[in-house]
Amino acid sequence: MQIDTLELSEKLGLYGCIQCGKCAGGCPVSMKTTLDVRYLIYETLTGYLPDPTHMEELWDCTCCFTCVERCPKDVKPAELIIGLRSLLVENGTIPKAVTDALQGIFRQGNPLGFAREQRAAWADGLDIKAAQEGCDLLYFVGCTPAYDLRVQPIPRALAKTFQAAGLNFGTLGIEESCCGNEVRRVGEQGLFEMLVEEGKPLIESTGAKRMVTTSPHCMNTFKKEYGLSGVEVMHYTQLVAQLIADKKLEFSKKVEKKVTYHDPCFLGKQNHIFDEPRAILQSIPGVKFLEMDRSRERSLCCEGGGGRMWVEGTNMEERLAFQRVHEAADTGAEVLAVACPFCLLTLEDAVKVQKLDDRLRVMDIMELVNLAL
Amino acid sequence: MESRKKPAALVIGAGIAGIQAALDIASAGFPVYLVEREPSVGGRMSQLDKTFPTLDCSACILTPKMVDVGQHPLINLMTYSEVTAVEGEAGAFHVTVKKKPRYVDEDKCRGCGDCATACRMTGRIVDTFNQGLGKRAAVYVSFPQAVPLIYTVDPTACLYLTRGVCGKTFKCKDACPSGAINFEQKEQLVELDVATIIVATGFDLMDPRKKPEFGYGMYPNVLTGLEFERLCSAAGPTGGKIIVNGKEPKQVVFIHCVGSRDSHTGVAYCSRICCMYTAKHAHLVRDKLPEAQVTAFYMDVRAFGKGYEEFYDRVKQERVLYRRGEPSEVYKRGDKLVVRAEDTFLRKTVEVETDVVVLATAVVPRSDAAEVAALLGLERSPDGFMKEAHPKMRPIESTRPGVFIAGCNQGPKDIPDTVAQAKAAASSAMVALTRSAASGK
Repeated sequence: MQIDTLELSEKLGLYGCIQCGKCAGGCPVSMKTTLDVRYLIYETLTGYLPDPTHMEELWDCTCCFTCVERCPKDVKPAELIIGLRSLLVENGTIPKAVTDALQGIFRQGNPLGFAREQRAAWADGLDIKAAQEGCDLLYFVGCTPAYDLRVQPIPRALAKTFQAAGLNFGTLGIEESCCGNEVRRVGEQGLFEMLVEEGKPLIESTGAKRMVTTSPHCMNTFKKEYGLSGVEVMHYTQLVAQLIADKKLEFSKKVEKKVTYHDPCFLGKQNHIFDEPRAILQSIPGVKFLEMDRSRERSLCCEGGGGRMWVEGTNMEERLAFQRVHEAADTGAEVLAVACPFCLLTLEDAVKVQKLDDRLRVMDIMELVNLAL
Repeated sequence: MESRKKPAALVIGAGIAGIQAALDIASAGFPVYLVEREPSVGGRMSQLDKTFPTLDCSACILTPKMVDVGQHPLINLMTYSEVTAVEGEAGAFHVTVKKKPRYVDEDKCRGCGDCATACRMTGRIVDTFNQGLGKRAAVYVSFPQAVPLIYTVDPTACLYLTRGVCGKTFKCKDACPSGAINFEQKEQLVELDVATIIVATGFDLMDPRKKPEFGYGMYPNVLTGLEFERLCSAAGPTGGKIIVNGKEPKQVVFIHCVGSRDSHTGVAYCSRICCMYTAKHAHLVRDKLPEAQVTAFYMDVRAFGKGYEEFYDRVKQERVLYRRGEPSEVYKRGDKLVVRAEDTFLRKTVEVETDVVVLATAVVPRSDAAEVAALLGLERSPDGFMKEAHPKMRPIESTRPGVFIAGCNQGPKDIPDTVAQAKAAASSAMVALTRSAASGK
């Protein structure tokens, strides 16, 4: 396929690139696959870009945005990858798993292939208000938390916590649709714009002043790409940490566990929320908190973002999640706490494959909170 | 002798820029007040071991000038002092200087150091001159060649000054053979009339914690360039031995451009000195540790000055490996640090294991540059440094008539450029002084 590399270079501001290599040097997959975003920029600038149809490695990018965070010249390297994926989407040459996920979102509002009518099933028996009737706090559940059986306990724990704290909150129920964070990142700009067009008025119509999400991925796009007015978007760790600080949430049980924490890229690197998750863990009675060497801004991506929850990518033998769970186990922790549904699934899988399940358990922070309530 | 008093100049800051400017003006026969905030003159240059590209020992070329300003009959050296107010205009400035109490009588102290040896806090106070790598007493001189060689009681560290009590007797007082310790000393305000002012207040280095990916503050073997300088210095905390974490490193990795040329840190400019001091540091490693593996990661090497490219060539030939790629991250593996970078020539991301990482941190305006600018009524350029009246044609003049700027407060520069600018500022000041003398003001 033909690509107008001049147009792409200008549109994405690639001319500012000084080829320092800080992007590729920090790219979590750059040592295990052939993806070299620094070189891609240069190939685009010089018109030497090969046909991206054959670049399997374009699907290796997890959109962790380490490159964007560290680029000293405000070039956004990952946006080039997203831009090239967009061209592949237009061209119809994308992996089948991505097509399936996008079709699921288009038809049912979720990438997992479940029916829209089942979206609120996770909340059975919880008696949660419909946000459409008006509420102070809108809880945006997200697709994976709503449907995935492993993840469902997290929204349940959150809802119960909000109820216990006496918050006037609601959800969009079966009207909630995919936020589109990954949709934009796999390059389906058109579908993303449609989701924003439909989702933005729905969210704003609830009159909620605050909106909290289960997933850092949802939070990221609502915060940065929706242009919501009058709604403060936050991740649940921010809200729960605040509830604990305000003594609206008090623990009654001890959780005698050694716990380490993995910073999700969309929460930490991209939104600089590092302290709140740690504050929650450290406030749980009995928890002994241990830090991994690579933490906060230097956290290692689990490889479950940017569409990578749907598509495998090249070189699946050396999964970063494998390395990550060993780093966690090496701290002596019994629990690897996370605050993102994708990190949870990716790392839990890695714990099993690496046969660490007798030593290490992956748990969402809310699962630990729930144990202590 | 003329009956009329000659107009005087004020020089603020006694680093190499202020020292040079003061010496030139005094040599021309005009009186100079040289005001320095620290207890000694010397500034940043006194912290350096060798200087690029000639490898002159910094102390050897600086100390004679320090001694000269201390002895020049026309230079009134006011150390441990700060300018607190500036009024008036070119030709007739009225300046207030606060002389901080040293709690040591300047006329009596002989600089023997018995007080420091006796001090209860000896070896317990962080030594800022050594970039925190060593410890000193609560009464101290910054370094052995200090001018004036007079001890100062650190008011933030002295037990008596912080808590009101220091045992039954003052150990320093008991130890002093000349009775110089004086806790009764008070802050003094001195009023000066000067015709012109030179501002030479120097620079700071960026706190590398602003680039958390490099692990500074987390790993004791990640150092700044200035810390590494102190390790190399024979007068430093290790007596010039490169010892990190208790041992001599087998590998050293240097990282260029830490915080410079970086939109995230707000330092868009090139700091100009880092390429060369890193080359110098690499040379010093080779000199002191012949077997060490030395790697410098860079994005561009800017060796623009006289003799600089030649020095860079020489250092590379001394088995120093320059690899092109700005490292993205430093982390730990076992007892080694790992520097992760794309080697852009290899088109491969590499992990380089090392014992020490040295960060070439950005030159930034002094942390109080805004206050100093406000005090003196100067403008600053968008980068935070003092602004010139015209960047090309009036580079020495500040935005306030009669006030000139010299050295790194105007922007990052190396020693040759600093000295040249200081001499230019002195020349401009002498024009002002001569006119002032002629007009009889």
